[in-house]
Amino acid sequence: MVTLTIDGKKVTVPETFTLLEASKKLDIYIPTLCYHPKITPFGGCRLCIVEIKGMKNPVTACTTPVSEGMEVTTTSPYLERLRKTILELILSDHPNDCMVCEKAGDCTLQELAYFYGIREMRFEGERRRYTKRDDNPFIERELEKCIMCGRCVRVCAEVQGVSAIDFGYRGFDLKICTPFEKDLSCEFCGQCVAVCPTGALRGKMWTQKGRQKGVKEVDTICPYCGVGCNITLHVRRNEVIRVTSKEDTVNEGWLCVKGRFGYSFISSPDRLTKPLIRIAPKGCEAADPRRAGESPYPLSPTSYESFREATWDEALDYIAERLKEIKEKYGPSAIGALASARCTNEENYLFQKFIRAVIGTNNIDHCARY
Amino acid sequence: MTNSIAEIENNDVIFVIGSNTTETHPVIAVMMKRAVRNGAKLIVADPRRIDLVSFSHLWLQQRPGTDVALLNSMMHVILKEDLIDKEFILARTEGFEEFRKILERYTPEYGEQITGVPKERIIEAALLYGRARRAGIYYTMGMTQHTHGTDNVFALANLALMTGNVGIECAGVNPLRGQNNVQGACDMGCLPDVFPGYQKVNVPEINKKFSDAWKSRLSDKVGLTAQEMIWAADGGALKAMYVMGENPVLTDPDVNHTIRALKNLEFLVVQDIFMTETAELADVVLPAACFAEKEGTFTNTERRVQRIRKAVEPPGEAREDSWIIMELSKRLGYGEMNYSSIEEVFNEIRTLWPAVAGITYHRIEKKGIQWPCPTLDHPGTQYLFKGGFPRGRAPFTRVEYREPEELPDEEYPFILSTGRQLFHYHARSMTGRVPALNTVSPEGYVELNPEDAERLGIIDGEIVKVSSRRGAIEVRAKISERPQKGMVFIPFHFSQANVLTNTALDPISKIPELKVCAVRIETVRRKV
Repeated sequence: MVTLTIDGKKVTVPETFTLLEASKKLDIYIPTLCYHPKITPFGGCRLCIVEIKGMKNPVTACTTPVSEGMEVTTTSPYLERLRKTILELILSDHPNDCMVCEKAGDCTLQELAYFYGIREMRFEGERRRYTKRDDNPFIERELEKCIMCGRCVRVCAEVQGVSAIDFGYRGFDLKICTPFEKDLSCEFCGQCVAVCPTGALRGKMWTQKGRQKGVKEVDTICPYCGVGCNITLHVRRNEVIRVTSKEDTVNEGWLCVKGRFGYSFISSPDRLTKPLIRIAPKGCEAADPRRAGESPYPLSPTSYESFREATWDEALDYIAERLKEIKEKYGPSAIGALASARCTNEENYLFQKFIRAVIGTNNIDHCARY
Repeated sequence: MTNSIAEIENNDVIFVIGSNTTETHPVIAVMMKRAVRNGAKLIVADPRRIDLVSFSHLWLQQRPGTDVALLNSMMHVILKEDLIDKEFILARTEGFEEFRKILERYTPEYGEQITGVPKERIIEAALLYGRARRAGIYYTMGMTQHTHGTDNVFALANLALMTGNVGIECAGVNPLRGQNNVQGACDMGCLPDVFPGYQKVNVPEINKKFSDAWKSRLSDKVGLTAQEMIWAADGGALKAMYVMGENPVLTDPDVNHTIRALKNLEFLVVQDIFMTETAELADVVLPAACFAEKEGTFTNTERRVQRIRKAVEPPGEAREDSWIIMELSKRLGYGEMNYSSIEEVFNEIRTLWPAVAGITYHRIEKKGIQWPCPTLDHPGTQYLFKGGFPRGRAPFTRVEYREPEELPDEEYPFILSTGRQLFHYHARSMTGRVPALNTVSPEGYVELNPEDAERLGIIDGEIVKVSSRRGAIEVRAKISERPQKGMVFIPFHFSQANVLTNTALDPISKIPELKVCAVRIETVRRKV
């Protein structure tokens, strides 16, 4: 352990800590853009500069390890002037379109510009222009808004282990791109979108669906595999418009392509909305797995033509009557039931209770084997 | 899982067998990759060159269905090199002396002969695992969907027991559950032999406990499993089925047989969120609410009971499954199905299954709790079997290598394995309705080794005919280094793979052998 002083306060931390982590322990705020607690520090944005007694120049807190007896200053008129200049330089080449930017209200760069009160552009000059590429169905890239913090590059390499993107070109032409600017190995997990501090990366399907106003957030669990990732549904006007995940969860905020981008089935027009009762004999043309090609959903309209819409009362009475008949005629073990690994514990409990206590059979199973 | 997801990063050896983790459990794969970056050794055993292989220290490419031979020969080496945990074996297990005799003939040479894995690799894997202090085993359906699936799992348990790699932090045997609440559905007794909490229906005291609680005389006869129900429907013994949120037409083996069986029923009710292939065969289809439209709990693969919450209203007249079941119970004259809230249902479960008695909605408001959690002041259980097994001593089970039910022959020379891929989920009724996912993965395919493709004159992307003794499909060929020679792989999400698969079951678990069946591949080039 190492003891040092930050802004006059003593703190004892493990020697592996950086100045930024030690400051966090004291609840001292240092502005950052390229830093992310789950990925290797990079020292790229220079906003976290601090002064150390005995050293001539400021150093970046995110990459400087602590050492015994260090005396650190995290804020001073000099440091704040430097920070403001750094921000002004970043913003000098940043589209000033917060009014229509998807990230507005949740943008670290916007917040910092607000706190540092940057109203005018002191630095005018050439601006980066990029040809828009639209070949990624999940992730929208607006490279003009990229501040080269490299979080996306590092999260892709270190967390996802894919390294689909990296810095390409040099100097003013520097940009984040895939090898040879072709989409190669992306798994579309969207970890890069989750860590991007600006509006440079966003979910394509989030576009103009709503930002913060009128959007409520509901914490729940992902409906796909058994990892049980904690997700937050962003809901506007009875529609799920975005999925995010918090860092203090079993999945640490990481998601996969299905969990992050696979939610639009909820509001699909194909959803069943009324009880249906069969009126035509059981053909199963649409259920024929060998039907030509792989027709995309929805299934062919013929699958609905065999049914008529019914009220709940009618449908439930009919089911009750038929189950009763079959039970009386053949006994309860002539009835079988499949519960669902997609339904809740409570529903599955009620369902097996219904089959066992009301129908009277243990013929209940679910797809645990498939 | 005997361990927790958070423990993965502190495994010193990770042994992944029969799990394509990066595609089927992507976020658990994230934790595994981090462990590897921090110095853990990763052993992958899989007949296909899955993505995880590129992160591994050692890859064992066994022939499909030869896992028992592979594991037994690893254990042979561990025994010979005296890497067993004698203290653990003595204190916490039984039957080791009889068990060790079985291993004698599973020399690495014999293992190589059956599995096709070079003996040096078997030895290296055995030494890596045997010398580990905190080794975690991770597996999925690649282990279980065999006629000897139970044997595979016994073999994994033997491996963990003989090296003392279970019952301690960061070491254990971890099946990764494939569906958001498959753990919960099992926990809740949606199985033909047990009530909630794995309490046997045919044990008189238990049957009485539930009969009293539910005020109904309950059957003590073990019921039919899913596949047995399909057979019974086909044979005419089963007359009616009620399917809640499942799509057996696509997910069960031998689609044509499943369709025939379901059509043979007098009455079929399907309750789902979409018109599925199974719903098309129903007499009544009921519209249900999806996960975002209701309150309740899911239990994840690490036994963590977590809250789900209502975010939006269900469309049209769709209703929660719980409402539907309660209404039907009322109509059938059952008075013990009245709940004013879902929380009340959970509280009833707590009174009948002691392992969740300590979990309340209030306690899991922010973070879920892992069962067993018997009392309100219990923190939940991070890993199982600390200090002992519920039954006392854990037995070693003697398992011998058995061949899969259907092996390739002259007529059907390829082994077919089915499984998942990253972009779709199960029968695709959810993911198939997400346009972006369909863009990157629009259709089914058969993965074929380049050497086999060349021999058959098949070019990448052409439509080929794949047939088995059950049926035939036409599907696009995807030539890839992933599958080994003589093996093909088809994702089961699309309405294709299960036309071919075999309904042969494991005698104990009744799981179908979806990972091995024999198929033939032909070109279907039509003359222009």
